[in-house]
Amino acid sequence: MMKKTFLNGIFKENPTFVLFLGMCPTLAVTTSAFNGVGMGLSTMVVLVFANIFISLLRNFIPDKVRIAAYVVVIASFVTVIEMVLKAYAQSVSEALGIYIPLIVVNCIILGRAEAFASKNNVLRSAVDGLGMGLGFTIALTLIGTVREILGAGTFFGISLFGEAFKPITIMILPPGAFITLGLIVMVINIVNQKRKKGENKIA
Amino acid sequence: MLKDLLIISIGAIFIQNFVLVQFLGICPFLGVSKKVETATGMGLAVVFVMACASAITWAVQQILVLFNIEYLQTIAFILVIAVLVQFVEMFLQKSIPSLYNSLGIYLPLITTNCAVLGVAIVNITKFGGMDFSFLKSVVYGASAGIGFTLAIVLFAGVRERLESSDIPEFLKGMPITLITAGLLSVAFMGFSGLNF
Repeated sequence: MMKKTFLNGIFKENPTFVLFLGMCPTLAVTTSAFNGVGMGLSTMVVLVFANIFISLLRNFIPDKVRIAAYVVVIASFVTVIEMVLKAYAQSVSEALGIYIPLIVVNCIILGRAEAFASKNNVLRSAVDGLGMGLGFTIALTLIGTVREILGAGTFFGISLFGEAFKPITIMILPPGAFITLGLIVMVINIVNQKRKKGENKIA
Repeated sequence: MLKDLLIISIGAIFIQNFVLVQFLGICPFLGVSKKVETATGMGLAVVFVMACASAITWAVQQILVLFNIEYLQTIAFILVIAVLVQFVEMFLQKSIPSLYNSLGIYLPLITTNCAVLGVAIVNITKFGGMDFSFLKSVVYGASAGIGFTLAIVLFAGVRERLESSDIPEFLKGMPITLITAGLLSVAFMGFSGLNF
């Protein structure tokens, strides 16, 4: 049961590739794999803590003001993360800039609070947050890796192709974000369709 | 002074377009852009909310600075914006029900539209402590909203045409939408040479 909850966020309901939630940070910060990991992990921490807290408070929050209450809980954790990053990980904080406070409005977090944490116990909510957060981190890292390799010829800052390589600069510019995500989703679609056809044949 | 405001406005609409260059407000951009009509409605609602949010968050920031509690910025801003959106929603429901119905779920979602919180935070980092920062913030907020409207209306126009075109099966839905947005973003990159 726990395993299913955990894997749900990574594959079946991957927030980025399947649900298309939290698109802004996904597209904006993924100019490199490092940024993708940084954003993904920050969001995951907020998601796990927000899920735990909201699950603990689920019987006390009146139904009518629940969204406002959730937003306050989430905003508090985002503020904490913002301060921690500024103090201990200056480079991440500088690279992600305005998108750190904007984790508050990441629809994944509010979405999970409303759809999962408000109905489930603490442990399951924490696992769900971990799964969803990990799914988001994996997606961001993947997009960041593709864009960094094509757009700058590096992987986590390590040069891959030597001097002669001419990077496709547009991939690390804004249009590259849309196009990369579009192509990744296209590949996922092709795989899914192939798999469906295979299932039909067996049947 | 007027020249400054004009530069801020053109910069926010074209050069640093909120949606296509800064990636703020992508959710409504992808979600409500199926029809030009709804896209226009959404855009105008966002212009209004963003201009109001800029004005109100400017005032909130003054209070925060006064008490030396700037670290509460994120929490304070998001609450003010949530209340503001609620008011706009009530107003539209009463006075323009047709628009209210067509915007559907996306109206309350303006609260979680990162463009609105984004504009509030950008205002503070960009114009905080400057002369006429209030005026500049409001102009920036409204212009960013206009930039959002421009992008979403253009995009909705393209998507209406896509409906009737022959797209390969594996590109249908999200992939073609994202790639189209990418191409539109390429077009907006053309403005990035405009430096004042």
